[in-house]
Amino acid sequence: MSKVVHSHKSCAMNPLKTSTPLGAALAYLGVAGAVPLFHGAQGCTSFGVVLSVRHYKEAIPLQTTALDEVTTILGGADNLEQALINVQKRMKPALIGVASTALTETRGEDTIGDLRLILARQPALSETRVVFASTPDYDGALEDGWSRAVSAIIEGVVLPPDHVASLHPQVNVLAGVHQTAADIEALVDIIEAFGLVPVVLPDISGSLDGTVPEQYVATSLGGTSLDDIAHMGRAIHTIAIGEHMRKPADLLHARTGVPSTLFASLIGLEPTDRLITLLSRLSGREAPARIRRQRSQLVDAMLDGHFHFGGKRVAIAGDPDLLFALSIFFAGLGAEIVAAVASTHHSPLLDRIPAERVLVGDLADLEDEAKAADADLLVTNSHGRQAAERLGIPLLRVGFPIFDRLGPAHRATILYRGTRDLIFEVANIVLAGLHAHRPEDFATAVPIIEETAHAGAAPATH
Amino acid sequence: MSEPLKKRVEAAFDEPGCEKNRSKDAKERKKGCSKPLTPGAAAGGCAYDGAKIALQPITDVVHLVHGPLACEGNGWDNRHAASSGPTLFRQGFTTDLTGMDVVMGNGEKRLYRAIKEAIARHSPAAVFVYVTCVTALIGDDVEAVCRHASEKLGTPCIPVNAPGFAGSKNLGNKLAGEALLDHVIGTREPDITTTTDINILGEYNLSGEFWQVRPLFDRLGIRVHTCMAGDARYNDIASSHRVRLNMMVCSTALMNVARKMEERFGIPYFEGSFYGISDTSDALRTMARMLAERGGPADLPERAEILIAAEEARAWARLEPYRAALAGKRVLLYTGGVKSWSIVAALQEIGMVIVSTSVRKSTEEDKDRIRALMGTDAHMVDAIPPREMYAMLKRGDADIMLSGGRTQFVALKAKMPWMDINQERHTAFAGYDGMVSLVHELHRSLSNPVWEDVRRPAPWDAAPADVVQ
Repeated sequence: MSKVVHSHKSCAMNPLKTSTPLGAALAYLGVAGAVPLFHGAQGCTSFGVVLSVRHYKEAIPLQTTALDEVTTILGGADNLEQALINVQKRMKPALIGVASTALTETRGEDTIGDLRLILARQPALSETRVVFASTPDYDGALEDGWSRAVSAIIEGVVLPPDHVASLHPQVNVLAGVHQTAADIEALVDIIEAFGLVPVVLPDISGSLDGTVPEQYVATSLGGTSLDDIAHMGRAIHTIAIGEHMRKPADLLHARTGVPSTLFASLIGLEPTDRLITLLSRLSGREAPARIRRQRSQLVDAMLDGHFHFGGKRVAIAGDPDLLFALSIFFAGLGAEIVAAVASTHHSPLLDRIPAERVLVGDLADLEDEAKAADADLLVTNSHGRQAAERLGIPLLRVGFPIFDRLGPAHRATILYRGTRDLIFEVANIVLAGLHAHRPEDFATAVPIIEETAHAGAAPATH
Repeated sequence: MSEPLKKRVEAAFDEPGCEKNRSKDAKERKKGCSKPLTPGAAAGGCAYDGAKIALQPITDVVHLVHGPLACEGNGWDNRHAASSGPTLFRQGFTTDLTGMDVVMGNGEKRLYRAIKEAIARHSPAAVFVYVTCVTALIGDDVEAVCRHASEKLGTPCIPVNAPGFAGSKNLGNKLAGEALLDHVIGTREPDITTTTDINILGEYNLSGEFWQVRPLFDRLGIRVHTCMAGDARYNDIASSHRVRLNMMVCSTALMNVARKMEERFGIPYFEGSFYGISDTSDALRTMARMLAERGGPADLPERAEILIAAEEARAWARLEPYRAALAGKRVLLYTGGVKSWSIVAALQEIGMVIVSTSVRKSTEEDKDRIRALMGTDAHMVDAIPPREMYAMLKRGDADIMLSGGRTQFVALKAKMPWMDINQERHTAFAGYDGMVSLVHELHRSLSNPVWEDVRRPAPWDAAPADVVQ
């Protein structure tokens, strides 16, 4: 449908992307007792921590191998070894998820080889699972890092199928980076409503959902347990969300033989209907009454809400999967996607975005396109706030990071209920911007006759 | 590390203005002032981060980061340095290098084009170009590109050579100062000069807090030529070498700038702080005296004393209402540098008890002042591991913690009041009015009924008698 165009600038102005290693870190944090470790300079970690803290309003246990100028020249293997030992000693994690950075990748570190040697000679590390994802900052964005880390976890933890049938039929869910904690909770609810047992990887709804534990915990708290991950092969089916989860889903399939279904998006009536059909088939059960009612509520919201979408000119920017899901959502309710900006070109979905063209670029591109197309609404992460202010149009905050609003983890935008709430959120933004009409709004209408506006007459009070 | 960078780092570590630095031998000095990092147990920003913090508040320039995405993509628009005019500094610019650029060695060309694009779009007063780890590693000659671009495009392009792996945030501050000294300060002449011109170094105008003290200068007829770099304009920093006096507020950050401006331009400097009542007074007093000695109005010290007396009386009068509510409340102060003692003084004055104060980033002089204030050094602590800090708060060793964002959740998860006194905060705490704001905020936090509510046990943990029927 759309033409994919690359921005030919040498200078990214107001970056849209969040870095690849940070995507990997967020995925690792969805595993219980995990500590992500960046192999790079300490700044790589520190910027990632600060940004994640601003989004989640939670302490983020992210660590660094702290390369300095000497280790950068001579090689970082010793630092990696020390870091693994220190993290293991101080935090006793179940999993250390290592992610490389542009620094180590530019140097050409053989991190996989280094890790093999380190693990062989360090018995202290035998109680901790160590996995590695290659995530140079110069290749990809948040969703690429997330996807590679999930693959690394599957690679390192999932066991070959043991043909032990679980007591209750299990369904794997490979959640994308664009799923919030609330999205995952909703998905788990709906799967359980069919009597199925979901195993979600990564499960940030158990770790980055903002709770107050009774004691101090240094690692991620909650998330998928290593044991559950190891036995993903016992499931009857795998559901993957977002094109960036295709590779992890294929890997899991290859390893376990569990069939999988990939949903490009779960925002909207039609994709949710397809999911319900699948769950119904897997479980052999009809959709429960509660879910039927939720569908009806969504249909009603679509009817009530469509007035505020029709003809609205929307400018969206994000990682490919989020961009795709939201573009389909807005276009499906009658809005026009006048600008679509993707952070990377790493997705076949970009061709299917309902816009004339998709620009691979930054937030300055979004701002320029939105301005040229006279957009009514900007849709992107919190970094779009300056552009929205300059353009004088509202900003719907989506994705990562959202640092100037509370509760992004608890906002669900998928399935019947999440879509319903998203419709209301958008419609309310539109309603808040409506102003009382005045005669001058209707320049082409017949002018008000002089006599009806009596000089000195008291204004009507009704 | 390239030779010029190595020299510059060595120069930054050779600091005659710093007592601690002087007490080391040549070999120790070379190692620098930050402790070596422990892999797997390090927390803190890199040199690039420090350089960016020091220079980003210059409002009318493009800050262009030459490197792969993360350095700028993960960090732009993340502090609240306020501007009274241009907002260009809040936008993010990066060459966003691709794998191809790295492999093919296209970095320099891409940088030049990026500079050109940024100038074409924004007509900035200057472009500051930040070197990062990767572009240092692949050997891009950023200085040469900047020189070439400055000539060719007619806009000053300033190389800031502080790649992340060079060291800590503090070193980055200093390297940023070196960039200003090498390429900016003294390159233009000011339009006007007066006998009371000053610069303020190490002041970033976070949350606009410099505007809380600026009226005091106005009332004394002292003209602030520029801050470095809060709410600064490029031209003002370029012409900052004609002032009579430099004041240095963030003790270690830009000391090299203060000292070298004294060497090169004969501008004396003094160290001071606008955190705390007596500190603000001391700063005004010293400033007035030194300006009078340097040819400023002879009655300036006298007028300063009158202003100080009036402002101190007004501040204490405004703090008095809080005394009853705050006296005896215990504070855990976890911050660094000057704030650790200047805030201690003010809180003690209204009867609060300091449980402990961290001296991680404090100088020996800072520590002496804490000792003097508290009568003992029993309450001085170095770093507190988060697990221990959590235990302290959970036990109720303190009623409130004042710290930076990094330790925020340790306090909140222990269900203890917490207040941000570091750079990410949204409230201004400088000068006399700032101390009143700080105490007001403390009171607001401590008196919030929410603490009692959140500490109630959940129904399933409560004793049967406690459960509401």
